[in-house]
Amino acid sequence: MRSFFTHAPFRLYLGLLLLAVCIVVGGILPWLAPGDPLVWYSAPRNQNPSAAYWLGTTSLGQDVFWLLTYALRNSIILGLIVAGLSTVIGVFLGLAAGYAGGWLDRVLSFFMDALLCIPTLPILILMAALFGGQLALPIVGLLLVVFNWPYPARQVRAVALTMREREFINVAWFSGESSTRILVRHIFPYIAGWSAANFINTVLVGISTESALAVIGLSSAQQATLGTMIYWAINYQALLGGKYVWIGSPVIAIVLLFIGLFLVSSGLSMKSAARRMSV
Amino acid sequence: MHLLRYIAGRLVVYALVIVFALTVLFFVPRLGPTDPVEAMLAKVASQGAYMDPAQVDKLRQSLIDTFGLGGSLWEQYGAFVNRIIFSADFGPSLSMYPTPVMELIWNALPWTFGLLLSSTLIAWVLGNFVGLLSGWRPNSNSSRVMEGIAICLYPIPYYILALVLSILFSYVWKIFPLTTTIRGAPWSWELVSSIVWNSFLPAMSIVIVVFGWWVISVKAQTTALKEEEFARYARLKGLSDGRILTRYILPNALLPQITFLALQIGLMFNGSLITEILFDYPGLGLLIYTAVLQGDFNLLMGTISLSVIAVATATMIIDLIYPLLDPRIRHR
Repeated sequence: MRSFFTHAPFRLYLGLLLLAVCIVVGGILPWLAPGDPLVWYSAPRNQNPSAAYWLGTTSLGQDVFWLLTYALRNSIILGLIVAGLSTVIGVFLGLAAGYAGGWLDRVLSFFMDALLCIPTLPILILMAALFGGQLALPIVGLLLVVFNWPYPARQVRAVALTMREREFINVAWFSGESSTRILVRHIFPYIAGWSAANFINTVLVGISTESALAVIGLSSAQQATLGTMIYWAINYQALLGGKYVWIGSPVIAIVLLFIGLFLVSSGLSMKSAARRMSV
Repeated sequence: MHLLRYIAGRLVVYALVIVFALTVLFFVPRLGPTDPVEAMLAKVASQGAYMDPAQVDKLRQSLIDTFGLGGSLWEQYGAFVNRIIFSADFGPSLSMYPTPVMELIWNALPWTFGLLLSSTLIAWVLGNFVGLLSGWRPNSNSSRVMEGIAICLYPIPYYILALVLSILFSYVWKIFPLTTTIRGAPWSWELVSSIVWNSFLPAMSIVIVVFGWWVISVKAQTTALKEEEFARYARLKGLSDGRILTRYILPNALLPQITFLALQIGLMFNGSLITEILFDYPGLGLLIYTAVLQGDFNLLMGTISLSVIAVATATMIIDLIYPLLDPRIRHR
């Protein structure tokens, strides 16, 4: 078992490196863009990669490289917001359910189980189709939060349940510490590592689901995301025209981003598991 | 007795989950900022067909019926649940009038189920095999390489892999068909081979991702299990490696996979929807897509409701049988 954990850090570092590349491309480079890359015909159409247009241009006259930086930025922001809200809500409600018990626990657990059973994408497709064919990014984000908070909540609840029986919680309780202090000082450290891993994982799920919606043309077309880039490329027959760079660059960006996120998330959960065992 | 009570309890939860899912579906068309009926009418108008006011009113009325928007909220809810659960009737398809929606769904379901089932099965067998072997010698080079490959494959979404596969094997190297065309007489060898040939790439995109997860998880399981007392005992007894792996470690490594299936079934379904659309595969995903493109709301409501209920049911069934399969769990 121990040998399994010793190469956890390497995995974590590799993941962080990949993420760092994605964040530099998506977080810093958009500021340097010569203009809004979403504007049509701001560059000559159908160019191959060259010194002026590093990844070529689209059939709509957009510079693929700068478009990619914008798409990466929007996708990452969406993922971070979805994961942040889901984690905060999930940890809070999970702690409340596990620690309070009783009817509150039963009601919250039911909602967790029920939401986990419902597939997200069909609901998103239904909403997009009903309301004008496209969903704005904030609405997609909101819906993703609604469907993703149960994952951390369920896990946190399970941890909180076992915590209630632990000796050191009893000691803290009988020495007169307040419930808030017990939650923050004694229980939270146990779930912090796992929650961090889950946060990263939710970023991945958020970006992935939005892209899935975008690939079939049901996400916002006003904003560039990795998914909408793929949608436009497919829609304008980039494949039949042999413009593999146009469609390939968002695909490769997604693959690298997701492998990075997964490596970091699994590295983090290994590290926190190793630490829990060594305590 | 305990078992009966457990099953009864789960069934009650299942019924509540279905009611909850239906309630979500019921409120979705009512939640948005725009009225779906007016949005639909605007779409029809924008397609250029001129209609006099009487016709518009008639269309509006039929749309209100379709969405179940007539009467008080309670009446609407009752009618909605009744239509889905008890009569399983979603009316005629608007784009393929007058074929009933249920008939279209029945034709599509075998494709989706077949695709998901066969690819899960293939991934399961391969993943367990590779995972067991690499968990047995976790530090050998081949095992590390295998895990590295699995780690790179697992986080990739199904539709991205579908896209990559179709670029590689349908555009660049034209060996597999771009879109699905099934030909051959019923029950002929030609039909079977045509189905397998056309399903290969869509199935592969699911197999590869799921395979990645299975290798990662089975490897971790095996590495942990082979240090357990019972495995050590088997080794000291002089049993062969093969026997220890298949008889002692595999059964224990299999159990946690069932919970994984319960959690993943929704995601796999999501993935197969997009994969079907990308490959023009005649399953539920393509049907939903057609419904969206054509503005066929009967079909849309039918396919979405059915897929939500199907996924919820599958998840609940797996959840229900899991404790029955694991002898270590006792119901109190």
